[in-house]
Amino acid sequence: MSTGSMDAGDFAAWIGRTAERVSADAERLTRLDAAIGDGDHGLNLDRGFRAAVEALPGDVPPGKVLIAAGRAIVSKTGGASGPLYGTALRRAGKVFGDAADVDAAALGAALRAALEGVQDLGKAAEGDKTMVDALAPAVAAYEAALADGSDLAGCARAAADAAAKGADDTVPMRARKGRASYLGERSEGHMDPGASSTALVLEALADIAESPDAGGSDAAGEG
Amino acid sequence: MVGIVIISHSRTLAEGVAEVARAMGVGKAVVEPAGGDAEGRLGTSIDLVEQAVAAADDGDGVVLLADLGSSVLTAKMLIEDAEGDAVLLADAPLVEGAVAAASMAATGADLTTVHTAAESARDHRKTN
Repeated sequence: MSTGSMDAGDFAAWIGRTAERVSADAERLTRLDAAIGDGDHGLNLDRGFRAAVEALPGDVPPGKVLIAAGRAIVSKTGGASGPLYGTALRRAGKVFGDAADVDAAALGAALRAALEGVQDLGKAAEGDKTMVDALAPAVAAYEAALADGSDLAGCARAAADAAAKGADDTVPMRARKGRASYLGERSEGHMDPGASSTALVLEALADIAESPDAGGSDAAGEG
Repeated sequence: MVGIVIISHSRTLAEGVAEVARAMGVGKAVVEPAGGDAEGRLGTSIDLVEQAVAAADDGDGVVLLADLGSSVLTAKMLIEDAEGDAVLLADAPLVEGAVAAASMAATGADLTTVHTAAESARDHRKTN
């Protein structure tokens, strides 16, 4: 069984697919944010990921692709999502070093590092109604799929499904971070916009991992 | 002298806090505002914060004061980037922390002392 792998082109494609998905969902994300945040999440992330696509360097390994994307997002995304997504991408990129191909285990380690980076910076735990509520179960699902012998695409799909469920699960939660935390019980009944956008990012990853042209020197999937 | 940077979502708020802190720093303390995003709207720009830190730093280090949310996250990210440069974020209310930091910095105190003074502002109650 192939474990699959992703090269720099696949990571650039991931950033590009994420930008498309965020752009398509920008109004919905902003609407979610207007309910309990400051009403700019979709707009901000759209601007950030567009900048990331423009900043994508050619001819560099996957780690450098993610670090460059993270830097662009920090510079161009207003709001807390800039430093949080920027840190996530940068921490993930650092895990890869100068490797030209990333296998399923390395991608799992990068996702784990991204989660840790977000938690180091934002100090959010699961249940606080933040992006961590999508990212943490996604990382756990990825690792469980990897342990069960899934290939990279299977692990990424497990992560995306868990992130989507994690985002749904934020609806009844009471926010304990950010502007929403000032609202107390009035923050209940709304999906967290950061968890929702995190689910989009992981959905885009699964899409790219499953696409027929994904794969570096080692072709992903077995047809 | 230890420099001070005020990070706020609002350009005018950052400038106003810097104005107050400079006055309390008896005109000696170096207090640089970094408010708003790159286009002057509400938000945070890591590039503006980096410029303010560079302007405030004369080699003795810089204490950052941030209002909330992305200002705080941006400050923490910048410190991670600084890797060894003497930049510290004060866990303090913005105005009170800035005044405390500027007052202490104006005495010529070192970075740790200025940072501690800024954080001590947390304990200054306004009633009872």
